[in-house]
Amino acid sequence: MKKYIDTGKKDTRSGFGVGLLEAGKADARVVALTADLKGSLKMDAFAAEFPERFIQCGIAEANMVGAAAGLAITGKVPFIGSFAEFVTGRVYDQVRQEVAYGKTNVKIASSHAGITLGEDGATHQTMEDIALMRALPEMVVINPCDFNQTKNATIAAAKYVGPVYLRFGRPSVPNFTPENEEFVIGKAQVMNEGKDVTIVACGHLVWEALQAAEILEAEGICAEVINMATIKPLDEETLLTSAVKTKAVVVAEEHNMAGGLGEAVAGVFARALPTPVEFVNGKDLFGQTGTPSALMEAYGLDAQHIAAAARKVITRK
Amino acid sequence: MYSNEKLQEISTQVRRDILRMVCKAKSGHPGGSMSSTDILTALYFNVMKHDPATWTRDGKGQDMFILSAGHMTPVYYSVLSRAGYFPVEELGTFRTFGARLQGHPSIRKGLPGVFQASGSLGQGLSAACGLALGKKMDKDDNRVWCLCGDGESEEGQIWEAGMFAVFHKLDNLVAMTDWNGKQIDGPVSEVSGEGDLAAKWEAWGWNVIVAEGHDFDSIQQAFELAKAGKGSGKPTMILFKTEMGHGVDFMAGTHKWHGSVPKPEQLEDALKQLGETSLGDF
Ligand SMILES: Cc1ncc(C[n+]2csc(CCOP(=O)(O)OP(=O)(O)O)c2C)c(N)n1
Ligand SMILES: [Mg+2]
Repeated sequence: MKKYIDTGKKDTRSGFGVGLLEAGKADARVVALTADLKGSLKMDAFAAEFPERFIQCGIAEANMVGAAAGLAITGKVPFIGSFAEFVTGRVYDQVRQEVAYGKTNVKIASSHAGITLGEDGATHQTMEDIALMRALPEMVVINPCDFNQTKNATIAAAKYVGPVYLRFGRPSVPNFTPENEEFVIGKAQVMNEGKDVTIVACGHLVWEALQAAEILEAEGICAEVINMATIKPLDEETLLTSAVKTKAVVVAEEHNMAGGLGEAVAGVFARALPTPVEFVNGKDLFGQTGTPSALMEAYGLDAQHIAAAARKVITRK
Repeated sequence: MYSNEKLQEISTQVRRDILRMVCKAKSGHPGGSMSSTDILTALYFNVMKHDPATWTRDGKGQDMFILSAGHMTPVYYSVLSRAGYFPVEELGTFRTFGARLQGHPSIRKGLPGVFQASGSLGQGLSAACGLALGKKMDKDDNRVWCLCGDGESEEGQIWEAGMFAVFHKLDNLVAMTDWNGKQIDGPVSEVSGEGDLAAKWEAWGWNVIVAEGHDFDSIQQAFELAKAGKGSGKPTMILFKTEMGHGVDFMAGTHKWHGSVPKPEQLEDALKQLGETSLGDF
């Protein structure tokens, strides 16, 4: 199978920070807002380079969303940044009214998503954010797989006109995609071609999916791996083309079973090409305190669990 | 009543616990924990009417406490354990997988003393309002106490709760602000321009008391005044002037220690500065 090299673990939020600075250099309309999490969102470099375009909002996320919408109406391209829970669940109605319904050009930078936020525990570990954002009409939902792709997706989000939800995380994860590959919103990437089973993943679970494909290869199972970095709009064509060939699908995501990538993908197959699907996700559970790797294992999100789901779905063909 | 000397000894031990917990877990929030240590020590050991042995989540017949600034779990857990809610040794499990001592207060692991989950800032004062109103409806004469951060007070919901508490005459509610002037990104004045907190709460219709949060006489006096507020028809806010990282010279007065973990040699230095107590480490 195609070999991917981890060029060194990096946190995806730093990819956002680098992308934000680049986007800011390319377009003077780009502004950044945070609610007392400048460092956590890696906005320091942007704030140092463009102090007049960096807006500290204090710990007041609801106001930040509304203010960003106002700035967008005046022609700015605002990126608002906080922890994933606090730019979605905490302010769902503000995002719905001011950003989505209001059709304002606001980019929601959502860090520390999922359980791999780690030790802070369930109050901060949102596993529901994709569901919330996906449910909003026309909202673009992106969950890139590594540092490089988060940087490139940030640049793409700045260029795109309309609301974008950009999800990334806290821990360092393998960095394996090309440094300067253009991110095309709505286009999935076939990372490895296969014929026996399709594994669709988003976020850092794409790396786990590739590891799972290696485990399966050793067993004589040839897995196709799709990086579904854009969860909405969903690249149905790539999904259907793959499943016509493999006839069995696994979807892996760091998210609750309800409303995430898994249900989005299953919806496509239910409608257009009935195909057995197995799910690797956070089930219907809240998170808890622990190290990212302990939690990945405990919640069944790692490569071993993806491989097990692949073996199972193949028996259902 | 514990003497000031005894309270000081407990506080010193609590600060030792905070630092040792955060260092062992390699994560957590020592800064605000150390600024609110003396307040919570005095509250749990001298002021609150509570009994760990008969504690239940509904708080019937006892005072209740909500940590609205949920990141200050190191001080909260240390004070709870030192007050007898659970074994002191359990402090060593802070932030580990499966522990009752979750990173932020959780009711899901059954830790005695915790009434409500918190950590998403700005929500605890509303819960405290509900507890206080519930006690009034039940004719339960006990009080509800709630600790907020000054950065946390930038959340709009804090002010919604402020309005509710006055409208419903919650004079059995005592809120406290750990007024350390610091939050994650810097001094509060540079992050949000907090303005005059005392004038704001007064304008909202609260009894406002300003006290020195590291002086047990001042703390005790403030609590007595707050308790006397019952019957006034108004909720009370105590603004405790404190210092982030208080008690250790290199941690004191800077936002850098909001959520940073001391290195091993810094821990050693800090523990030496604090000194040992007769209570002993966990
Ligand atoms: C709704 C929400 N937004 C952001 C955060 C992240 N956060 C945790 S603590 C903190 C700063 C709190 O400042 P303060 O209340 O003054 O506490 P101190 O820094 O003094 O401990 C922030 C922004 C959060 N926990 N909840
Ligand atoms: Mg503070």
